[in-house]
Amino acid sequence: MNTGTQTGKLPVERRGGFSRKFSGIIEPYLYVSPALVLIIAVMLMPLILGLSYAFRDIRILNPFSGGFVGTAHFEALISDQAFLDALANTAWWTFGSLLFQFGLGLVLALLLNRQFLGRRLVQALVFLPWAVPTFLSGLNWAWMFNPVVGPLPHWMTSLGLMAEPFNILSDPDLAMWGPIIANIWFGIPFFAITLLAALQSIPKELYEAASIDGATTRQQFISITLPFLAPTIAITLMLRTIWIANFADLIVVMTNGGPADSTQIVASYIFTQAFRRLDFGYASAIAAVLLVLLLAYALSVIALRRAMTHTDS
Amino acid sequence: MTLTGQTSTRKLLYWGSHYLMIAAFVIFALFPLYWLLKVSVTPNDILYTEGVRLWPSRTSWENYAFVLTQSNFPHYFLNSVIVSGTTALVTTLIAALTGYAFSRFAFRGKVIIVALMLITQMFPLVMLIAPIFKILAPLGLTDSLTGLIIVYTAFNVPFATFLMQSFFDGIPKDLEEAAMIDGNTRFEAFRAIILPLTLPGVAATLGFVFTAAWSELLFALMLVSSESASTFPVGLLSFVSKFSVDFGQMMAAGVLALVPACLFFLLIQRYLVQGLTAGAVKG
Amino acid sequence: MASIQIENARKSYGAVDVLHGIDLNISDGEFIVLVGPSGCGKSTLLRMIAGLEDITSGAISIAGTVVNELQPKDRDIAMVFQSYALYPHMSVAENMSYALALRKTAKEKISDAISGVAEILGLTALLDRRPKALSGGQRQRVAMGRAIVRKPQAFLFDEPLSNLDARLREQMRTEIRKLHRRLGATSVYVTHDQIEAMTMADRIVAMHDGIIQQVGSPVEIYDRPANIFVASFIGSPAMNFLEGSYEIADATTAGIRLSDGALISVLPVADAKPGQAITLGARPEHISIVADAQSGGLPAKVELIEPMGLSTLVHVTLAGKPIKIFTMDRPDYPVDSFIHIAFDMAKIHVFDTASEKRLPPANAAGILT
Ligand SMILES: Nc1ncnc2c1ncn2[C@@H]1O[C@H](COP(=O)(O)OP(=O)(O)OP(=O)(O)O)[C@@H](O)[C@H]1O
Ligand SMILES: [Mg+2]
Repeated sequence: MNTGTQTGKLPVERRGGFSRKFSGIIEPYLYVSPALVLIIAVMLMPLILGLSYAFRDIRILNPFSGGFVGTAHFEALISDQAFLDALANTAWWTFGSLLFQFGLGLVLALLLNRQFLGRRLVQALVFLPWAVPTFLSGLNWAWMFNPVVGPLPHWMTSLGLMAEPFNILSDPDLAMWGPIIANIWFGIPFFAITLLAALQSIPKELYEAASIDGATTRQQFISITLPFLAPTIAITLMLRTIWIANFADLIVVMTNGGPADSTQIVASYIFTQAFRRLDFGYASAIAAVLLVLLLAYALSVIALRRAMTHTDS
Repeated sequence: MTLTGQTSTRKLLYWGSHYLMIAAFVIFALFPLYWLLKVSVTPNDILYTEGVRLWPSRTSWENYAFVLTQSNFPHYFLNSVIVSGTTALVTTLIAALTGYAFSRFAFRGKVIIVALMLITQMFPLVMLIAPIFKILAPLGLTDSLTGLIIVYTAFNVPFATFLMQSFFDGIPKDLEEAAMIDGNTRFEAFRAIILPLTLPGVAATLGFVFTAAWSELLFALMLVSSESASTFPVGLLSFVSKFSVDFGQMMAAGVLALVPACLFFLLIQRYLVQGLTAGAVKG
Repeated sequence: MASIQIENARKSYGAVDVLHGIDLNISDGEFIVLVGPSGCGKSTLLRMIAGLEDITSGAISIAGTVVNELQPKDRDIAMVFQSYALYPHMSVAENMSYALALRKTAKEKISDAISGVAEILGLTALLDRRPKALSGGQRQRVAMGRAIVRKPQAFLFDEPLSNLDARLREQMRTEIRKLHRRLGATSVYVTHDQIEAMTMADRIVAMHDGIIQQVGSPVEIYDRPANIFVASFIGSPAMNFLEGSYEIADATTAGIRLSDGALISVLPVADAKPGQAITLGARPEHISIVADAQSGGLPAKVELIEPMGLSTLVHVTLAGKPIKIFTMDRPDYPVDSFIHIAFDMAKIHVFDTASEKRLPPANAAGILT
């Protein structure tokens, strides 16, 4: 035996023991505390305050308002046809925008993931729409859809898509396409950038190995690219769904919910209730319902993902 | 046909369609901006008569001259640059710390914090204006750039955190362990090894937050009342008077507003797409 | 250089106990190899020595100082990761100098140290490259170099060769041994490759389910495995096991009666009673093929003949159990034919089936052990 020494009881430093364990426990909280403090102070507290308005009668111009009304707002909401229509419009607006933003963003990211002449320039150019203030891009798109000052109706007429140039924003059946197209234009760069960054992190060896194994481009896309992108796709799609559902700016600027409420989504309806009718209580009640719906959506997506990853393993 | 002939036609087809699609994207992205530019250089008297022409028969730069010399815009721009730049930096810093903790530690309350961050994204910001005003007013943070920066940072931290976390998740944790054995504390390892490797993610996050803050209108309008603390989107609204909208001047201001945003994108562009982690692990 | 003492070290993740009280003394300059099947806690133990995992209870000391509470950076140890964990944004030279630079070592000293180590590992021409421009074997060397330049108290290796191909692994194995002889540094080396364990270790620590099964020199572990687990884990092809009951013939001979009635002679063991359930262990090289039953052979059915170059492995069944036999001959028995096999009485291991512990021979072998 070459280890002769039999150690006796080793002196353990109790004091130090506490400190390492303790610092190990508090370390993560040190990292998250700035975010936590900020979010609690600037978002959570206002959010709770805002939710409390849903149970009160708060109308800015009415000096007698402010009282507690219980669930009266919510009862009114159930029979508010405008709200129910707005719910349907929200789904249409959200998924219509998201589908194209994501699909085209993915295609763009894949195109940019290749080395080609002028790539950096192209990359800088296609990301520009993201940098345009929403308010301005809404105005600009509204301008372009207008047959008096915009080219789009004339082009569509020449393509045979329209009998004569007219403004789709004033046609109740088509109006929603206006903000959706503006939103797609504005949102593609987001998905393109995020997916491109994720694509760049896929080890190149994987593709080399797969192409040696004889995988076609499409097979490589399905067996390597998609699985690697899946986490990024899952999280960005969920966050963007929530974000777009709440994103009323383009609609407010371009159509203001019209014509005939055909583009009114829940978020713009809230805006209308709060700033045109100045009924903050009712607006808060709608906001609370939207919050619950989005929460249910997020939870079901998470549950679905969990179920899927569990069956995988 | 020979084999090489076949592959070269295929290559040609491939790159042909590649460039075609790229061109389509570029046109789709740029045409509305082009229209912005076109309107901004069209003299007012032919704005409507030549509304649908691709380029006006006469151009004038007077809208630009007005915006730059006669209006408060240079000041608004400066405010916007300060607010957006600071928001982007602070948000990314906070989000990097939080995203790192989410990625690397299992700790009590993590699920609750994540849920909290998600929930704050689900409530329309419109409904937060009044409560936020109530909270900021006693602190003297309304009508100030600092107040705007704080609010924008809070709005953007949750999303930026999730984004940063997804980038940290892609970096092997062996790397900071190696650094800790080499003599770093965990925080030093995070700063010296992990953060440099997530530069593309950092750049993307900076870009998102910057543009979000750059174009925010609602809170800039509601929290700030004085000219001196107004940001540029609020300034744009000043062209909308009760009776008419001065489109030419507004579009000129809009085009000018693109310049800092473009510069910012060019600045971070370099980091945006680089396979920085290649070679870290394995053979 | 330093000794390492581990005393009753435990590790649990919440309710799951991963290490159940590890005791181990590693002397100065020793090369210790931790082996065991996947998930037995080797990496966990190594990471506890490094300070990357907290110690749930017990104590670990390096050079006589308890290090439980020290951060990894204050333990003065170096570690080579299975993934190498090279810093991708730094050149080879920067990777190797990182630790020294953090310790504020003078520039000239650093560059001397690096060129010295680069020379030893054949990295001199690669110093300015980034890790992504290196081959797998070169990356492995850089990882080694990064550990060596620091002249730490101890080296920790976590399966450093498992990503290399067989030939490179063999070459690195000897190089690491040579380096160890040259630097004389205390080393703890984790592997689940038992050839690495046999060839490299001063002492092997065999682990299973978070418990040390046996500590000993490679020969000791191979020749006198403490229990059935160690016997079956070390050695390739693996040891053969047969179950039976103990019988005593006379003072110098005992036997194991198999289920089919056949008797295999063994040396008497001290702590076994007649009729006790016994597991008999015989390495493939300790079973021979004999001409017929007269020479003490038992009939066995041939299942497969496996030529391995230098030798041949004959798979047979005896009493319904598969048995592998190692032979330097070139046998060509037809499959399903019967041959006779004999066990080398002095080399057979006797294990108590219930406790799985080895029962050492009573007399002559008592001197051996
Ligand atoms: N963070 C953790 N939480 C819970 N259990 C863990 C954790 N980390 C490791 N374990 C468990 O501890 C046990 C030992 O793991 P360890 O990594 O030490 O195994 P190993 O012997 O190194 O195996 P391998 O040869 O596969 O590397 C495993 O069963 C593992 O599942
Ligand atoms: Mg391991």
